[in-house]
Amino acid sequence: MYGIHDLAALRCYSALSRLTNRFVVRRLIQAVPTVLGIVLLGFVLVHAAPGDPVLALAGENGDAAYYEFMRERFGLDRSLPEQLLTYFTRVASGDMGVSYVQGRSTVALIAERVPATLLLTTSALTIAVLVSIPLGALAARRPHGARDVGINATVLVVYSAPSFWLAQLAILLIALKLGIVPVQGMTTAGSAASGIGHILDVARHLALPAIVLSLQELAALVRLTRSGLIDELHRDHIRTARAKGLSESRVLLRHALPRAALPAITVIGARAGQLIAGTVVIEIVFGWPGIGRLMLASIQTRDTPLLLTLFMTIALTVVLANLITDLIHGILDPRIRVS
Amino acid sequence: MASSIPGFESAELAPAALLPGAGWSPLRGMLMRPAGLAGLILLTLLIAVGAVAPLLTGLDPAAVTGPSLAGPSAAHIMGTDAIGRDLFSGIVFGTRSSLLIAISVGLVSAICGLAIGMSAGFFGGAADDILMHVTEAFQVLPRFFLVAIVIALFGPGLDRLIIILGLTSWPVLARVVRGEVLATKQLDYVLASVALGASRFHVFRYVLVPQVLPGALVLVGLIMGQVLLIEASLGFIGLGDPNVVTWGILAGRAQGLFRAGWWLAVFPGIAITSGVLAFNLTADALSARLQGR
Repeated sequence: MYGIHDLAALRCYSALSRLTNRFVVRRLIQAVPTVLGIVLLGFVLVHAAPGDPVLALAGENGDAAYYEFMRERFGLDRSLPEQLLTYFTRVASGDMGVSYVQGRSTVALIAERVPATLLLTTSALTIAVLVSIPLGALAARRPHGARDVGINATVLVVYSAPSFWLAQLAILLIALKLGIVPVQGMTTAGSAASGIGHILDVARHLALPAIVLSLQELAALVRLTRSGLIDELHRDHIRTARAKGLSESRVLLRHALPRAALPAITVIGARAGQLIAGTVVIEIVFGWPGIGRLMLASIQTRDTPLLLTLFMTIALTVVLANLITDLIHGILDPRIRVS
Repeated sequence: MASSIPGFESAELAPAALLPGAGWSPLRGMLMRPAGLAGLILLTLLIAVGAVAPLLTGLDPAAVTGPSLAGPSAAHIMGTDAIGRDLFSGIVFGTRSSLLIAISVGLVSAICGLAIGMSAGFFGGAADDILMHVTEAFQVLPRFFLVAIVIALFGPGLDRLIIILGLTSWPVLARVVRGEVLATKQLDYVLASVALGASRFHVFRYVLVPQVLPGALVLVGLIMGQVLLIEASLGFIGLGDPNVVTWGILAGRAQGLFRAGWWLAVFPGIAITSGVLAFNLTADALSARLQGR
């Protein structure tokens, strides 16, 4: 049997979870028009581009028979509303066309590259989160002190520097001069290592691009942690915690940091687009075999179907990242759910 | 809600610093801070370099004027590129075009962001709902990739670069402006002046505009810094306008030439970083000043 208090707690919990469910559903519904808008944008871009839209879909080097085939396939000979309908059904079924350079489905080409990009991005994000919290806390401890000014200035310069340039400098100084880590690629060319050997090889190649990619996120997060902590450390509950005689580090870590960390989640989510853009550029500099290299190749060969699919994939990923961020935020901060 | 510019989420502006008639005291306050001073000096310097570009160098940045891949020397202070174009004159003329891009985008997004944020906050209700949903949709568009695909489909050009970046950079501004308008509308002195018969135009002109503009200026400064970075990345991956020398295009020419010419990577990077830093430092100092810190 449940006691009376347990029952009250249960009722409270179920009310909370009902609220959460409603919040999740509402947030999912809100994302629908955005997703449709992005898909529509792809259609508009292809049709607004100068020249025959078949050129944008099939590239410029096809022959007449191929263009005819593509026209039929994408229904370009029909009316615009009909085309739009065909387009939406195709996208919904995951058919985004064929790369005319590689002759394969653009979705499959991108899917092949996603793991490498994901490995690089998640490593960078992990480094950024792990390093930014202690740095931000260190800076917030004595605002406008020497350490704070030093950290702040460094972080602002890093935040202002283009990521490809930091990557170029890292290659010049660390990879070429010191020779500690390899300059290019994801694995050593011709290496047949497997198992642990392979993992170590990839890790050695991953280190420099992941650190460089983490720098801008790191800079953003340090600024945020710092300003959040400084705001937080003035609040009453912190004064109470100090008055209780808690040590300063316990006040900082247990009482101030969790509340200051909440906006960090929002910012990581809101910066998803910038992070992917940064990844593309870093991949190009380091020859990392992810979607960035694919994008560069599609630009150089004017492979528009592939480029369009890439754009939509990235745009939808950003929408998804924002959605997840909001959901996490809503779960951690109940006030968001009701508003 | 989500702002992509960290450190400014809590930019609740202190009304005391913003009362109409505070005049140029923000500027004076900024000059008192080392960061603000450095930012303003850097910004003035860069604008001056851009303005008098032809006086600083006698060499055409697009013409072959020296041996290929020559290191920095008296004739070519920053060396030459793979086909012998002078890097220093490229940087000088690049300052002009890169700043022009950043300022144009800043203007477009300031107009959009202020108009939409002000209307949403001022009219409220259904207009607010609709405008904020539109803002949200624009905010999730990945700017860098949108410009990339537009340039790939439509061909390179500064016009489309400025239009697309301008039309996608305003959401953060609109949100902050809306929040500021909503908060200000509820202040006692505003309610009091409405009760005394102040017209909507009076409230708009003498209360909301002076209250919102300084904070908006901070965000526009940060947007211009971000635009410099996006332009640089686009130029770097080969999507710049080949007829216009920008910092990004210069940086892109270094790719694959690390061993042969370090200067090709180092100097354009310094130019871009100092440009972005100038905007960020100035905006940072202004925001600190407005918050009364």
